[in-house]
Amino acid sequence: MSKEIKMSDYDIEAVMGRLLITGVIISGSLILVGGIYYLIQHGFSIPHFKTFRGEPSNLRSVSQIFKGVAHLDSLSIIQLGLLLLIATPVARVIFAVVGFFMEKDFLYVVISLIVLAIIAYSIFSVAAG
Amino acid sequence: MAGLVGSLTGLGGGVVIIPMLTLVFGVDIHYAIGASLISVIATSSGAAAAYVKEGISNIRIGMFLEIATTLGAVGGAMLAVYAPTHIIAIIFGFVLIFSAALSLKKKNELLIAAEGGKIANALKLNSSYPTAAGEVNYAAQNVPGGFFMMVIAGLISGLLGIGSGALKVIAMDHFMKLPFKVSTTTSNFMIGVTAAASAGIYMQRGYINPGLSMPVVLGVISGAFLGSRILVKSETKWLRILFAIIITFLALQMIYNGITGQI
Repeated sequence: MSKEIKMSDYDIEAVMGRLLITGVIISGSLILVGGIYYLIQHGFSIPHFKTFRGEPSNLRSVSQIFKGVAHLDSLSIIQLGLLLLIATPVARVIFAVVGFFMEKDFLYVVISLIVLAIIAYSIFSVAAG
Repeated sequence: MAGLVGSLTGLGGGVVIIPMLTLVFGVDIHYAIGASLISVIATSSGAAAAYVKEGISNIRIGMFLEIATTLGAVGGAMLAVYAPTHIIAIIFGFVLIFSAALSLKKKNELLIAAEGGKIANALKLNSSYPTAAGEVNYAAQNVPGGFFMMVIAGLISGLLGIGSGALKVIAMDHFMKLPFKVSTTTSNFMIGVTAAASAGIYMQRGYINPGLSMPVVLGVISGAFLGSRILVKSETKWLRILFAIIITFLALQMIYNGITGQI
């Protein structure tokens, strides 16, 4: 393996690292803001998690979450932050596809695309529960 | 705290979070898994940036093995629906003990093979990493074995909501004979992607609760930033021992409560 390939591998990783940090900070702030807002709205009453009910449908799908955020619903803001957090590793894979493509490493472009397809299946297929 | 331990050991923090939420706070394990998956992603992404600067993790190995882990993760997340909570708790405990035992069994720090197997060469998995003594070259071996282990790791990750970093480290450390630091950091790289694959399914099913996830994630993010700073400096032997003690203790608790039906 030549020195040149290793350098650009390193570049991919460096940009990726910044991307991840930014994603985590943004989603972390969203969660924090939503959380403070939630506490202001509802106080410190402890919710019941002992039994599993599943979240109401308005916190499950991407479009419903955005609708809630538009109404300044605190739980939807938190959920948006969580969604963004889930998106950070996905962004990392997308970025890897681009990076490998620029390196002309098509084997790894394909490998990254397979990974992406599996994740996309998980997020968009409505898996019946 | 969980974030700190998680990023130190390459575990992802879930192994600490799930027992804490279920044992201490009495949260239903499905919610705990949802919150844990999210925090696993936060740990992975938060810690990754620091590792990346050190040039330790191997992005090709990570990406290639992610095919295995994401496939497993989707399967595991689908299984989780049908499994009752006490069964999940018991499986959880045994997985932890198993990984603790295996992690102590063999050390893989000196020995690095210079020659990789055929598959490793074809996939360009061999690389080098920086140590105190300069760049050390290493090669990957037994790629099919490692790949298979990763499917299992992904399955468990999706089922139990942990990063299953322990199993990922085992796959890379024991099967593929990669240096421990490369295994942990690459595992950290993969954990986020694996968890995202199952988190999609969990969110659609309503397993991810904003009220519960919020404090957990915020704690984990702050912990993760701290932990990744320590790993680069600290000794791997100390890490292994810490890691084994913590998970064995938690595992016994989970199994006990699973059997007595307290979860």
